[in-house]
Amino acid sequence: MPVISAKNLNLWYGDFKALKGISLDVGEQEITALIGPSGCGKSTFLKTLNRMNDLVPNVRIEGDVRLRGEDIFSKEMQLTDLRRRVGMVFQKANPFPMSIYDNITYGPKLHGVRNKAELDELVESSLRGAALWDEVKDRLKKSALGLSGGQQQRLCIARALAVKPEVLLMDEPTSALDPGSTMKVEELMSELKKNYTVVIVTHNMQQAARISDRTAFFLLGELVECGPTSEIFSTPKDKRTEDYISGRFG
Amino acid sequence: MSTRTQYEADLAALKGSLAKMSQLSADAVEDALEALCTADAEEAKGIIKGDTEVNRMERDIEHRCMTLLLRQQPVASDLRFISAAMKVVTDVERIGDHAADIAEIVPHLAGVRKAGDSAVSRSIEMGRKAHKMLQDAMSAFEAEDEAAAKAVIDADDAVDYDFNTIKRMLAAEIAADPGKVDAALDVLMVIKYLERIGDHAVNIAEWVEFLRTGRYHHEKMF
Repeated sequence: MPVISAKNLNLWYGDFKALKGISLDVGEQEITALIGPSGCGKSTFLKTLNRMNDLVPNVRIEGDVRLRGEDIFSKEMQLTDLRRRVGMVFQKANPFPMSIYDNITYGPKLHGVRNKAELDELVESSLRGAALWDEVKDRLKKSALGLSGGQQQRLCIARALAVKPEVLLMDEPTSALDPGSTMKVEELMSELKKNYTVVIVTHNMQQAARISDRTAFFLLGELVECGPTSEIFSTPKDKRTEDYISGRFG
Repeated sequence: MSTRTQYEADLAALKGSLAKMSQLSADAVEDALEALCTADAEEAKGIIKGDTEVNRMERDIEHRCMTLLLRQQPVASDLRFISAAMKVVTDVERIGDHAADIAEIVPHLAGVRKAGDSAVSRSIEMGRKAHKMLQDAMSAFEAEDEAAAKAVIDADDAVDYDFNTIKRMLAAEIAADPGKVDAALDVLMVIKYLERIGDHAVNIAEWVEFLRTGRYHHEKMF
């Protein structure tokens, strides 16, 4: 069973239809890359997976999205629980203006973890999981804002991991990072997929080719093509996919 | 309309270079057959000299491919074409070499074989088949035509058949008159080169499947 399954998903921002009948499955412990030109709907689709779009005024959603078979739009689905299970990392690193330690423990505390030893353990395992532990273990009580951009982004990944999610959504997580930090985050993603399912929006075609197992190409709100990354980048079925990935438009 | 003007121009230039080099090699084979037919040692010299340009073009095409890979990170059909170009350019270069190899034999052969000699005539016939295979393989590659490529691959049987027939003919010549061994070996060398030219044409044709589908010999390459 796919971890996430979207069926005939349509989304409007007011009168504007941003997603048109998207059906897409996201497999367990896979990295799925969403690609497409700006305004194609890939970030909208990503944000729908943990209902971040609920916050947008005048948004209307039709269709079905399931997390391990559970309807994410149903009344039974608690929003806080959904967002714990489906974490998100944004384009720009957004650490809270507090210590590294407090950044990591913020989520677990919100979910009721109070035991100091347990929190310490979560901080270490999350920072290790985000390949940041060795760099910050001696300054956990220092402000997270003192970290470099790449470290801040990995801290945000660690913060997302601290609540033990099943899926990580990443919206252009390296677009503001230098090549070295980008490589660290990419390496990290390859590690993360051993334990998590990752969906990433990226404008970097080489990044999608390097790190993802499956690639989905969006255009004008439609899902044009989705398949194994090696096939999408070597033998795409749709000419629009070929033209986009080879830089002929967009 | 594409937004990658320089990239498109570089790809077009690569395709143009490969087509030109292929034509040079095919012309060299045709000229070698002509020199064999007319026993023209001067023409043979020209073919040997002309091979330098084929070799230079091979390096130029390899450089173009490497530069495109390095600077443009091609994907999809562009990646398939550039990868295939890097493979077939070696076959095209070897074809040029074999044309020159045949040309090197022409002056000596002219001294030991009479004009209109049956083994030479049969070899030229065989060579025309190999040359046609080569032309057809190049066309199939350019047009990415899998059916035409398959016809080239199938045509190799006729060239192989001719090779074996002429080889037996030469063995019989030597058996009848061991003094003719030198003349027989010259023709044997010529038909071996022609048979290899047919094989290289097959190699080129085999990459057409990859150009179209990303598969080579029905196996996924990606």
